[in-house]
Amino acid sequence: MDKIRNVRDFLQMYIEGFKGLTWGKPLWNIIIAKIIVLSAIAAFLASKNPMKNLHTNNQKSEYIFNEFVKINNN
Amino acid sequence: MEQNLIDLSRAQFALTAMFHWLFVPLTLGLGLIVAIMETLYVKGKGEKWKTTTRFWMKIFGINFAVGVASGIILEFEFGTNWAKYSWFVGDIFGVPLAIEGIVAFFMEATFIAVMFFGWDKVSKRFHLAATWLTLLGATLSAVWILVANAWMQNPVGIGEFNVDLVRTELSSFWAVISPLAIVKFLHTVISSWMLAAAVVIGIASFYLLKGREKTFALDSIRVAVKVGIAGVIAAIITGDMSGNLVAKTQPMKLAAMESLYDGHNNAGLVALAVLNPDKKFDDGKDPFLFNVSFPNMLSFLATRNSNGFVPGINDVLKGGYIGPDGAQTISVNEKIALGKDASLALKEYKNAATEDEKTKARNAFRKNEKYFGYSFFKSAEETIPPVGLVFYAFRIMVALGFLFLILFITVEYFLHKKRFEKARLLQKICLLSIPFAYIASQAGWIVAEVGRQPWAIQDILPVKAAVTNIGATSVILTFCFFLVLFSVLLVAEVNIIRKAIRTGPEENPQNTNQ
Repeated sequence: MDKIRNVRDFLQMYIEGFKGLTWGKPLWNIIIAKIIVLSAIAAFLASKNPMKNLHTNNQKSEYIFNEFVKINNN
Repeated sequence: MEQNLIDLSRAQFALTAMFHWLFVPLTLGLGLIVAIMETLYVKGKGEKWKTTTRFWMKIFGINFAVGVASGIILEFEFGTNWAKYSWFVGDIFGVPLAIEGIVAFFMEATFIAVMFFGWDKVSKRFHLAATWLTLLGATLSAVWILVANAWMQNPVGIGEFNVDLVRTELSSFWAVISPLAIVKFLHTVISSWMLAAAVVIGIASFYLLKGREKTFALDSIRVAVKVGIAGVIAAIITGDMSGNLVAKTQPMKLAAMESLYDGHNNAGLVALAVLNPDKKFDDGKDPFLFNVSFPNMLSFLATRNSNGFVPGINDVLKGGYIGPDGAQTISVNEKIALGKDASLALKEYKNAATEDEKTKARNAFRKNEKYFGYSFFKSAEETIPPVGLVFYAFRIMVALGFLFLILFITVEYFLHKKRFEKARLLQKICLLSIPFAYIASQAGWIVAEVGRQPWAIQDILPVKAAVTNIGATSVILTFCFFLVLFSVLLVAEVNIIRKAIRTGPEENPQNTNQ
């Protein structure tokens, strides 16, 4: 591709750039693997969160208040 | 809340934050060095600067790619491991994080593509602008993260506590950008220049030791050493400003940084010391087995007066001294009692049956709401951070900072005398100094974050009230996953960078080996 003149050329720059990556390929593998593992861990942690089923602000604030009371009483 | 879960959640967040912090300072500092190198190329200082820029841009890219997404997991952790924290202060804390994600990160992500793929496809000047804008995006990203972090150290801009929703709410966005936030940003970003300078000088020294890429290596060192010297000097100045603000906003942290148990006037700054491991806060024993101090320096740092009074841990606990606002401080035990009153008033408010009862309870809460966070403590002793860790981390950070200043000045002197190329011992020291730059950087985070303990948000919310009750086993399990993943990523990054270094810069007619 020659010099960029319009948006299409600009997008072409991205496509050619990603295609032409040599040292970037192992990096892309790392990034993808990392995102998958991190998402799995985040999803696992989120599934354990006792607040996940609380949808309204009232439910959430009630839960927080009760938790604070518990900590204060311990 | 079981102590085990609190400590594990702390450890998990520390692991992810410290891992992420391995990449951020190099991105910030190397971005600046690369931008300067490319400016030299565009200004017509020779094609060699294009080769030099492209090599360091490659290192920047590897570091950026491996580091990307580990910051996002930190933000997820606020929702998963620190859900109560997020609820309690999300209205305030979420604002800078949202700005960071929407504005700064997108700006960085947009221009980084032009920076990598745009060579010979956009004009030289446009490419240079993209490089500087990538740096600006990364720096703006750091601004908002550090504004959020500074707010945890010095919570300002808070309106009345929302008793219905049990959360704090933002009263003024601009107040959140406090003097501490500005100084924290400057100190953190500028110290990143030092780290990147140490990395560039170290890798370039490796080439000189191997007898490769001499022109490239010397050119790289010439730019990096100037950035390094400017960075360390500015970090010393902003570090002093930061210390002064910590004295005003977090006296307990400053006392822990100095292992100062009993405050006094004309307090000295401890230069070198070994702590007494048996020291308890109230046993009257000497906190040091051995120490060397700079007389009056701590008083000057904290109060800008060499005779000034610096409160120690016991003074903060017992109160009775005149605080920076000119008022007499009260003891932590009194704060706990007032906090318990606020907590009781909140309970009464929640259980109130009539509007009158609600108003009465709300007014009772308002009287002591600023001490509400203290209601979670049983004893004043709980508010003391881990003194040993904070004390030694502070000394490591400062000592390494000054050693890097000496190293950079020595390198500059040898370059000036045209003797660096042959100074093999100095080159070896430069190469071996790379990990120490990371140690200094991590030590800085330890001082800032461990020094704030046991608070998640200073004087507002302790860590034990902020953590989500997700079970210790889940946290152990995910901690182990993180540890394995981060170790693998680190090994992968080091290997890819080693490969890139071994390959060296692209064809350069001026390289002496060609």
